Amino acid sequence: MAADNPTIYASMLAKGYTRRDFLRFCSYAATLAGVEASGLATVVKAFETKPRPPVIWLHFQECTCCSESFIRSSHPIVADILFDYLSLDYTETLQAAAGHQAEKCRLDTMKNYSGKYILLVEGSVPMKDDGVYCMIGGESAESILRESAEGAAAVIAWGSCASNGCVQSAKPNPTNATPIHKIIHKPVINVPGCPPIGDVMTAVVTHILVYGNMPELDSQGRPREFYGRRVHDTCYRRPYYDAGLFVESWDDENARKGYCLYKMGCRGPVTYNACSVTRWNEATSYPIQSGHGCIGCSENGFWDNGPFYQHLANFPGFGIETTADTIGTVVGIGAAAGVAAHAIATNIRKKKLIEEHKEESVTEKGGES
Amino acid sequence: MAKSKAVPYLRVYVWEFPVRLYHWVNAACIVLLIITGYIIGSPTTIRYADEAYQQYWFGTVRFIHFVTAFIFFFNFLVRIYWGFAGNRYARWKNFIPLSRKQWREILEVLRVDILQIRSGEHISLGHNALAGFIYFLTFLVFLFQAATGFALYSSMSSSWLPGLFTWVIPLMGGDFAVRQWHHLAMWFFVVFSIIHVYLVFYHDYVEGRGTTSSMVGGWKFEKEDILKKK
Repeated sequence: MAADNPTIYASMLAKGYTRRDFLRFCSYAATLAGVEASGLATVVKAFETKPRPPVIWLHFQECTCCSESFIRSSHPIVADILFDYLSLDYTETLQAAAGHQAEKCRLDTMKNYSGKYILLVEGSVPMKDDGVYCMIGGESAESILRESAEGAAAVIAWGSCASNGCVQSAKPNPTNATPIHKIIHKPVINVPGCPPIGDVMTAVVTHILVYGNMPELDSQGRPREFYGRRVHDTCYRRPYYDAGLFVESWDDENARKGYCLYKMGCRGPVTYNACSVTRWNEATSYPIQSGHGCIGCSENGFWDNGPFYQHLANFPGFGIETTADTIGTVVGIGAAAGVAAHAIATNIRKKKLIEEHKEESVTEKGGES
Repeated sequence: MAKSKAVPYLRVYVWEFPVRLYHWVNAACIVLLIITGYIIGSPTTIRYADEAYQQYWFGTVRFIHFVTAFIFFFNFLVRIYWGFAGNRYARWKNFIPLSRKQWREILEVLRVDILQIRSGEHISLGHNALAGFIYFLTFLVFLFQAATGFALYSSMSSSWLPGLFTWVIPLMGGDFAVRQWHHLAMWFFVVFSIIHVYLVFYHDYVEGRGTTSSMVGGWKFEKEDILKKK
């Protein structure tokens, strides 16, 4: 058995950082995890006493945009959290080892730190045809996942692929790409987005480091802190929505004025994410700020809810360019036409009946008899 | 008037006040909800001359939609209660065809409505069995629309009622899908209204029992001998 990793504080001191640097890092981390000023002591204590948790980062059916996003987190500087404070034992993209050595790193970590390591999963798992569509080191993604999840202290699903399947699970989902929470029987923290915001990713990891437990999750397994509100409700263009000021086409005056992109198919009102709060790339901007509607990349099945530039999705089974409104209009007109035809038929065929009704009636003057 | 086969009609108090009130509140709500809902789904350009701080019309439309939705929902609950407390025409049994007699009448009404065959049998004075069953299906759509609507509303509200419906969102796969179905179900109400209003007129026309005005005054009219037979 390998000894426990040193604490984060100890490893920082060993690298020549000062106590002041350490406290500064703790403040960053506390801010990210949404801790109040009074809770800073908890963070400091955690990093002083808890060993650096080893991390296994798996890559399955994905494009590595999650990793790309993660290494662009603004604070704490990614190099710090990833290489200094976490102990990243296995990740195909960034590790130095290759081939059998790489796989050995993973197996060693699983063995030596059973029940202690954090498992981060990027990408979905193909379940069709025994998972031949994603094999690493001769093993299927599914078996690697099951094996690695066994002894994990916490499992995080990075991005929409691992959380809800993303593009490879879009219809017709040829490889039966499956999000990981449907495969392993352990609580999974879903951090959806294509990619998720780097700062959100570091914040989730920070939470686990500091508190040693899962952040509060919503009904879809997403941390409430970052996925509790709609992009729409925190959008700086929201006042234009309430005022009914909308962009009508991409090149009109309204677009230039920065009006609401609702009519251009913006998915802000149906998307839960922190984009309009934390923004992207060190809080530089986010899609809507750049003049493009939200495509709802952190929402379940967003690829099948297209086109992106249309408020209502195409209705499945009726060919392209058919929305609920098209169907409703056709059925509505059909009903009106049917009713009109029925009324005409009634008047033709019920003449006799109406005559009888007349016979049953009395005239005011004559009376019944 | 020797040829007159005049039959005496009696006045029957069919729709009690709560039923009539429910009907008209419901009708008004549905019309308002369809109009505002359609505008929310597909807002028109009203005016772009003003700045955002000078107007709030879209917010107002949404506000009307939400308030109306609450009225619609509670009005519906009152009707469910009245299904257990009201008179025989308002009872819940009218809406669920459990008896053989109701199924026979459903077929009979279909013959009258679609084939326009002269009915030999007597059709119920309250809801006919087919209408009752259709209203039951309508009630299910009411519930669906309330559940999806409140689920969508729950993310912008902290009150308990919408909070009861948050489970709908993961069940349907996200807000987008919920919105889509909520929108599609609106068309059910449009189509229902067209057919409903027409059939009221039609049955009034061929039965001559005061179907249309019954929802105003509550009275329907029936031949004396038929009433006595019962």
